[in-house]
Amino acid sequence: MATTSQWNKTLAKKGWYKRNEIAVTPWLFLVPGLIMFAIYVVFPIFQSFRISLFKWDGLGPLATHGEYIGMANYEKLLTRDRSFNISLWNNLKWLIFYLASIPAGLFIALFLNQTVRGIRLYKSLFFFPFVISQIVVGLVFTWFYDPQFGLFNGIIGFVGFEPINVLGDPTLSTYGVIAAGLWPQTAYCMILYLTGLNSVDPEQIEAARLDGAKGIRMLWHVILPQLRPATFIAFVVTVIGSLRSFDLISIMTNGGPFGSSRVLSFYMFEKSLSEYGFKMGYGAAIAVILFLIMMVFIGYFLWRMYQDEKAEN
Amino acid sequence: MRSILKATVASLATVVAMAGPASAELTGNLKINLDTSNPAPRATMETLIAKFQANNPALNITTNVIDREAYKTQIRNFLSADAPDVLTWYAANRMKPYVEAGLLEDVSDMWADGTDIANELASTKGALTIDGKQWGVPYTYYQWGIYYRKDIYQELGLSEPTNFDDMLSNCEAMIASGRKCYTIGNKWLWTGAGWFDYLNLRTNGFDFHMQMAAGEIEWTDPRVRETFDNWGKLIRMGAFIDDNQNKDWQQSLPFMIDGSAGAILMGNFAVSPLREGGLTDNQLDFHQFPAITAGIAMAEDAPTDTFHIAANAKNKDNARAFLAYIVSPDAQTEMNNSANLGQLPVNSKASVDDDKFLNQGFEMLSSNSPGGVAQFFDRDFPAEMAQAAMEGFQEFMVYPDNLDDILDRIEGVRKEAY
Repeated sequence: MATTSQWNKTLAKKGWYKRNEIAVTPWLFLVPGLIMFAIYVVFPIFQSFRISLFKWDGLGPLATHGEYIGMANYEKLLTRDRSFNISLWNNLKWLIFYLASIPAGLFIALFLNQTVRGIRLYKSLFFFPFVISQIVVGLVFTWFYDPQFGLFNGIIGFVGFEPINVLGDPTLSTYGVIAAGLWPQTAYCMILYLTGLNSVDPEQIEAARLDGAKGIRMLWHVILPQLRPATFIAFVVTVIGSLRSFDLISIMTNGGPFGSSRVLSFYMFEKSLSEYGFKMGYGAAIAVILFLIMMVFIGYFLWRMYQDEKAEN
Repeated sequence: MRSILKATVASLATVVAMAGPASAELTGNLKINLDTSNPAPRATMETLIAKFQANNPALNITTNVIDREAYKTQIRNFLSADAPDVLTWYAANRMKPYVEAGLLEDVSDMWADGTDIANELASTKGALTIDGKQWGVPYTYYQWGIYYRKDIYQELGLSEPTNFDDMLSNCEAMIASGRKCYTIGNKWLWTGAGWFDYLNLRTNGFDFHMQMAAGEIEWTDPRVRETFDNWGKLIRMGAFIDDNQNKDWQQSLPFMIDGSAGAILMGNFAVSPLREGGLTDNQLDFHQFPAITAGIAMAEDAPTDTFHIAANAKNKDNARAFLAYIVSPDAQTEMNNSANLGQLPVNSKASVDDDKFLNQGFEMLSSNSPGGVAQFFDRDFPAEMAQAAMEGFQEFMVYPDNLDDILDRIEGVRKEAY
């Protein structure tokens, strides 16, 4: 007892920081990150909101060069802009079909999760598409789909189908680009599941086996529940990845043919920053809408994570 | 203060212009940004800058060569943030946003009456003029027109068409022989815009085309529709290669080289890759786009590439001297000869290199284009309009039946863009 009060006395002498060390230190460590976050994430978000209320070509200062037009950009976007509708629908297609990379990644991970000679090599080969640049993936698939000499038409011609110009057909181009995007994304999900499979408890599998579980039932009731953290992360990265799809579209179709494979991020770039784009305000309005859509998912993820942590404590 | 500076600058510029590249009194710095990233133009520019350096040994020149496509988006940043003294760009409406934002220097003093530039570059003055002032100098231009396989035409007994009926009947003969008439790669949209330019210039004439560019004519106007109807005739008869909507222009050239298509509407820059692809000058020839509506004066597209001074430049007098040097007859002759850019010099005292296509192009532009000379669709029409319309052209070339919808959409953009 005596020692504690003595301790408290010495603490009191040591000044404010020493007394509040436990409470203050974490914040001190957070400060550099928070400053960066404020400057590079929070501030631009509000800036985008502000710019979206102006008509501005980005070539002079906003204050003198821009013209305040209130919600007119949003009004035009939501009521009269067909390209915006197409982009929004395409975003939805991306969101849904891109998720196919999760089961595909799981399947490959289960397939590769065995001990045979050279399995490390196979694993790295399957992971390879994720390592190479999206631009290269886009180029490879552009050649793959080429209507004259592409492998794709060679294959479907072999089975007896007429050749199709996937990237030149306004109804198919988006699906063609998504398929190209699935290639690296599946590899990404695969690696997430492979690490997840490493931490599956062998005793539970043993116990399930003794109880007669096999095949699909084993997978569904024993393995998958243990892979939940991996599934969650795979879901998060795939959803975010689908919303920010840009490079593949830019390299494979340039948004075409006639704007049929645009998504919101590409449309935003086209309107504000591309060769013919001088509508910063309009682009910012698109960015804000994309941000709101993303916010729905990000909010959900944060809420899920918060719930999980609460359950653990 | 400002007028004194302007006066000295102007006098200096005239002195340099008169004395030509030989005058060597420049000191200080000169920062040049170039978009000439392709190998040949890049080497050309570097040689010319090296000569300018040799003439002005005390001058400290920095050159940045930026990728041609990336340059188009970077220009807006470097003009306001980290301005070079001299930069390359394009004439007419393509420079308008930067002129209106006050980012380019007014160089009307260099174009003042009686100066060499005013005398020797008179033909391109209009393309550099906005609001009655000049904002740069040209350094090269090139003709557009139809490059065709002479050997195939001869084999089929065809001759260069001079009117639209000949063009269509030639095309029928080509299709009957199992070929396509025209190759085109329209992924990046501007190739289709070339077709629209010519069809509209021939159907409705130069003045009408320029009124359209100024937004004075509705896209749903029956005269515009007539242009599209003529275009539709070619599309519906199968004149163009298939799947052109997702090929770039380089990918369209092999069809011409292997003879599966007979011709291409393109700028003179296509000649060099076609020659490299193996076509000899006996196989490849050039003709002017044929007349469509009788009595309408022929007008041509001849895009002009330009040099400008940034408004925020630090060494404007050096920059003016460099511009004067670039347009001087000697520099123009050297820059545009076929060993270098292989295009047409802007200075009337410079000589056109003795090249089959340059000669034909020069003659066409100087004596057979009474209607006028346009820049190019995306340089004459404002950016937003150009983007929307070119997307429509791309769709029209694949689905000509969607014309009504396409024109309504473009008209919707016209109402808001001007």
